[in-house]
Amino acid sequence: MSTLLEVSGISVTFDGFRAINNLSFRIGEAELRAIIGPNGAGKTTFMDIVTGKTRPDEGRVIWGEKNVSLLKMSESQIARQGIGRKFQRPTVFEDQSVFDNLLMALKNDRGPFAVLTYRRSAEDADKVRALAEEIGLKAELPRKAGELAHGQKQWLEIGMLLAQEPRLLLVDEPAAGMSPAEREHTTALLVEAAKTRAVVVVEHDMEFVRRLGCKVTVFHEGSVLAEGSLDHVTANKDVIDVYLGR
Amino acid sequence: MERSFFARNPSALIFILLLAAFTLGVTLLSEGFGMDVVSTSMVKTLGKTLCLCLVAVAMDLVWGYCGILSLGHFAFFGLGGYMIGMWLMYERTKAIVISATAGGPLPATPEEIREGIGVQIFGVVGGSEIPPIWYFADSLTIQLALVVLVPGLLALIFGWLAFRSRVAGVYLSILTQAMTLALSLYLFQNDSGLRGNNGLSGLQNLPGAENVPQTLISIYFLWASALALGLGYLLAAWVAGGKFGSVIRGIRDDEARVRFLGYHVEGYKLFVFTLTAVIAAIAGALYYPQAGIINPAEIAPIASIYLAVWVAIGGRGRLYGAVIGAALVSLVSTWFTGGQAPDIPLGFYTVQWVDWWLILLGLSFVLVTLFAPKGIGGLFDLIAGRGSPERHGADLGPDPGALREKEAEE
Amino acid sequence: MTRIFLIGLRAALFWFLAAFAVQAQSPIQDLLQENRAAVEKASRKTIDDVIGALLASGLPETREVLARWREKELWQRDEDGLFFFAEAVDGNTYRLIDIATGEAVGEYDKKLVSQLKPNSGVRSVIATALVRFQLTDPDPAKRAEGLTAIERGPEASHLEALRASIEGENDSGLLARKQRLERLLTIAYDDDSALRVAAIESFSTDLGVDARAALNPLLATTRKAAPALPEGVNIANVLKPGSSALPRSEAYALLVAADLAPPLVTAAQKKEALIANIADGTVAGMPIHTLGTAEARARAYAALADQGLAPPDVTEDGIDAALGAHVFFDQYNEPDAAITAAAEEALSSVSTRVGVNQALDLALDGLSLASIYFLAAIGLAITFGVMGVINMAHGEFIMMGAYTGYVVQQFVPNYTASIIVALPLAFAVTFAAGVAMERLVIRWLYNRPLETLLATFGISIALQQLAKNIFGTQARPLTSPGWLDGALVLNDVVSISYIRIAIFVLGIIFLFLLLFVLNKTRLGLEMRAVTQNPRMAASMGINPDRVNMLTFGLGSGIAGIAGVAIGLYAKVTSELGSDYIVQSFMTVVVGGVGNIWGTLLGAALIGFLQKGIEWMNPSNTLAAQTYMIIFIIIFIQFRPKGIIALKGRAAGD
Repeated sequence: MSTLLEVSGISVTFDGFRAINNLSFRIGEAELRAIIGPNGAGKTTFMDIVTGKTRPDEGRVIWGEKNVSLLKMSESQIARQGIGRKFQRPTVFEDQSVFDNLLMALKNDRGPFAVLTYRRSAEDADKVRALAEEIGLKAELPRKAGELAHGQKQWLEIGMLLAQEPRLLLVDEPAAGMSPAEREHTTALLVEAAKTRAVVVVEHDMEFVRRLGCKVTVFHEGSVLAEGSLDHVTANKDVIDVYLGR
Repeated sequence: MERSFFARNPSALIFILLLAAFTLGVTLLSEGFGMDVVSTSMVKTLGKTLCLCLVAVAMDLVWGYCGILSLGHFAFFGLGGYMIGMWLMYERTKAIVISATAGGPLPATPEEIREGIGVQIFGVVGGSEIPPIWYFADSLTIQLALVVLVPGLLALIFGWLAFRSRVAGVYLSILTQAMTLALSLYLFQNDSGLRGNNGLSGLQNLPGAENVPQTLISIYFLWASALALGLGYLLAAWVAGGKFGSVIRGIRDDEARVRFLGYHVEGYKLFVFTLTAVIAAIAGALYYPQAGIINPAEIAPIASIYLAVWVAIGGRGRLYGAVIGAALVSLVSTWFTGGQAPDIPLGFYTVQWVDWWLILLGLSFVLVTLFAPKGIGGLFDLIAGRGSPERHGADLGPDPGALREKEAEE
Repeated sequence: MTRIFLIGLRAALFWFLAAFAVQAQSPIQDLLQENRAAVEKASRKTIDDVIGALLASGLPETREVLARWREKELWQRDEDGLFFFAEAVDGNTYRLIDIATGEAVGEYDKKLVSQLKPNSGVRSVIATALVRFQLTDPDPAKRAEGLTAIERGPEASHLEALRASIEGENDSGLLARKQRLERLLTIAYDDDSALRVAAIESFSTDLGVDARAALNPLLATTRKAAPALPEGVNIANVLKPGSSALPRSEAYALLVAADLAPPLVTAAQKKEALIANIADGTVAGMPIHTLGTAEARARAYAALADQGLAPPDVTEDGIDAALGAHVFFDQYNEPDAAITAAAEEALSSVSTRVGVNQALDLALDGLSLASIYFLAAIGLAITFGVMGVINMAHGEFIMMGAYTGYVVQQFVPNYTASIIVALPLAFAVTFAAGVAMERLVIRWLYNRPLETLLATFGISIALQQLAKNIFGTQARPLTSPGWLDGALVLNDVVSISYIRIAIFVLGIIFLFLLLFVLNKTRLGLEMRAVTQNPRMAASMGINPDRVNMLTFGLGSGIAGIAGVAIGLYAKVTSELGSDYIVQSFMTVVVGGVGNIWGTLLGAALIGFLQKGIEWMNPSNTLAAQTYMIIFIIIFIQFRPKGIIALKGRAAGD
């Protein structure tokens, strides 16, 4: 399995606070990975660095077969490279319809002039409908996203991620605030997505992680503490000390 | 596949029809076309109002749709006016100088005419040299091109600088306000080459059309303004509709999210900022020949803030709202400040509207912001029974509390 | 009948007194009578002898005679030509007073006496002579007055008097002044070259304006043209025609002025000549309608010149030849080369020192402008910087503070007391206004910054118009107390007005007061807690409503105090606030939001920058502001979050 993303030796400091400390991480294509760790372990900052929101003080972030560095790119360029990100809180465009939300995310030319002269093709409309079907929002297509329930917004956002056709999905706490039934649906979506692409899930909820059934990376104080199956890491003494043993 | 433009934007069709009917009505009732019900000065006021509506449409596109509260669009409006004003004033003065020298014993040389023009135009600021920026003033084509190019280029450079350093929100508003202030202060100087605080005057006289009475010219300008407004409205509706509109509304509501979708947000903002600056400049180029005079006070930051006020009162995020706001507030303002509004005697004090209108406007503006964030346009929703999701006002986007929560967590 | 009697009586008296006078003339009267003709018809040419004689006599009355003469109070009795002082009894009658004794000698009809009316030239000569007396007057104040008079209008003749008076001077301050003045006058008027050079050199470290005023004329030059460089004149430098120092046209004009070359024919003269020679619709055979270009006119004029109908124009070759045949040079008006060299050296040394001191003065100016911006912006640093509320009416709060000061002065006439009353009152007024605005408007708009901007703008235009309706459009004075008048003068170059020092001090006080409130008090702690996480703060028992209200009130109240301070040196108008609002926001943004020190740095940057730009282009404050704003726009490119930027996630995108 070839490596899709390789992060090596990154560090970042905010006002003297070391949020990420010599962290290294790699993920291959079509892999599902969960990242766990206590508050302040640097999980979100790690995502910020990969997506270009935060620049690390040192270290490398290498992407894809051609081994391009992501550090020089802007957020939108990184997104166009095929990295999609879902935020902690559902952030969908509440003022626009579910259809428009998905259409905006659909993989297409992103240039202003191309978008200005864009005419919706039957093919694109079909893609949107198929996606809606997948995330279970087919009936909600004409509704405004702001009218959706919390869980539906999460799915819509996952749907928007999928519409981008990314090669790497970064998902921040997808199950927060969901009912058990909704969690199940979310798990299924993520496991399905991971069949064709890499998916990284940041999650607090052990039960949810267990259900994903994948390799787990534990972050602590800005670096990797342990890595392996959930059972393996939960047996690790360091992990128990810093995270589970409390 | 997609339905036709007007089918998707029924309001645009209604607007165009109403605008056409209005223009036709005013034309038929005007002095120039016989009926003489609407005076020439009223026709000019209406023509100017149409131009203000056009700049309001531009403002709505950049603020209501793209979320950039620019406090500089009236500067672009004024610049457009200056560009066309240079040609109007130069050619008009040239005609005057030529006719003044015609009686002399020798025919005037081009140098003498130029010098005469220089003295006529710049005598008031103590100069007679024609500054280099007037180099193209004798060419209507080039000055018309400059109407678009100068404000467009300024917007492009300023926008590029501002957006690339991710200045957004109120910071951008303050920065655009500073730009406007800098521009107006610059124009206030006598050596700016644009006659300092005297500005350009006599713009209502069209060179080459000395024999056409103002009654007709005013109607022609009304038509031109209506045409520009109609086209501008359609252009704005086209830009704001469709996928592009979807993206810029996305930028307004959550810029970072759009960025993570892979859109180059800065490019979109720059496009909208520059496009609306050009629309504003065209509106200005049509406005000032009807007003007859332009000076740097027109460009002062407060004018741009008023523009935002019009759009807010009319209802931002909908183009007809901007038109309604601009037309209503500017016409009512003309009525109040023109002294037509009757005084209100209170016995101990007489309320004279010339003095109290601004207070009324300011307070009603506060009230609109507090109680009717959708503005007058919101009334149409009530009529149409169209409810939108529960959003108070326009700070669409993540609840700032959310960010702070996240910070607290880490 | 009575009238005749009176005239008779007066005539008798007159004869009596005249006889008495002739019998016993005083020495001063004798002296005046000797020079009678010159005194009666005094002119600049003759007056020197008279004054010389008077001074030489050493008579005690000399000074008073001169003074009265100058004041046109010296009269002459017509019948015997004697001189008297006189004072008017009524419109037609004058009482004559004997010069030597000071006793009245009688009253005379106006027709019988004549007033001596020296012309202004003569009076100034007399004044010069009087200076000598003044410089040796026993009263130091009088001596100082005399020195001041010389400083105002120095003349060659003062030099000797001044030198003579130095000897006996016992007041050390006056002695220093006299010596300094003596050196200045030596530079200007002494004949001895060596003495002058010494005096010039003594000023090479002096910053006084008077010193430079004395040195600069020595280096005045006259630009001249001649066939060859003249001998024996003090030449500053030789110029090459066509260089930037001496453009070709100027060089030729010099030749024309010196009658060394024929004048050029101007376009207007050519036109006149052409018009004068119009015959049958043609000029020199060329039809008039073809003369609409400069080239055609030149051809026609050349034709006229050929026919001898007009003076020939000078050709380019002619100009070149004339320029080549002459030299051009700047000649010092001062013939002595030693003097000019010394002056040159002294001035260059002075100008270095002046430059340093000007930089210091500029820095002081910048500092005071910075403190004004700081005062205007510090309230914003709280409402905008700490709370994140855009208050466009902040400028109007400044205005309200200034008007509060004005109103207080209407009731409290003592300026010092009124300022002491106005400062807290302005704080109270704007604090109340700020709290009212926060309660009524802003609290509904938290988290909607753009709408806050617009709503507060609405309040701003309403408040501005309200002020206009109440106080009118004309500027109202806010007078500072007397002890704030004037300036602290370090030397002739560096000075700073006390008002600006006071504003600076006020700025410092507020800086520390705010730092104290924010960092050391309960309110500051709660303020920071509420702005960072209102919900958390609320759950810990802090009332966010109350804290927001107080914070906003504090920021507004400080604006009010700033208003009083600004009103003291600027006129109070309803637009006072809007003049500062953009700069204030700039200050906060440039400095870095949410940080009082940042505001201080921002104000310093903007203040110094504006002064610096003004210094480079002193005639134009408008341009300076324009360039400053452009600079700020570019500055924000490089530091979008200001000088002191919060880094990391707390900065929030």
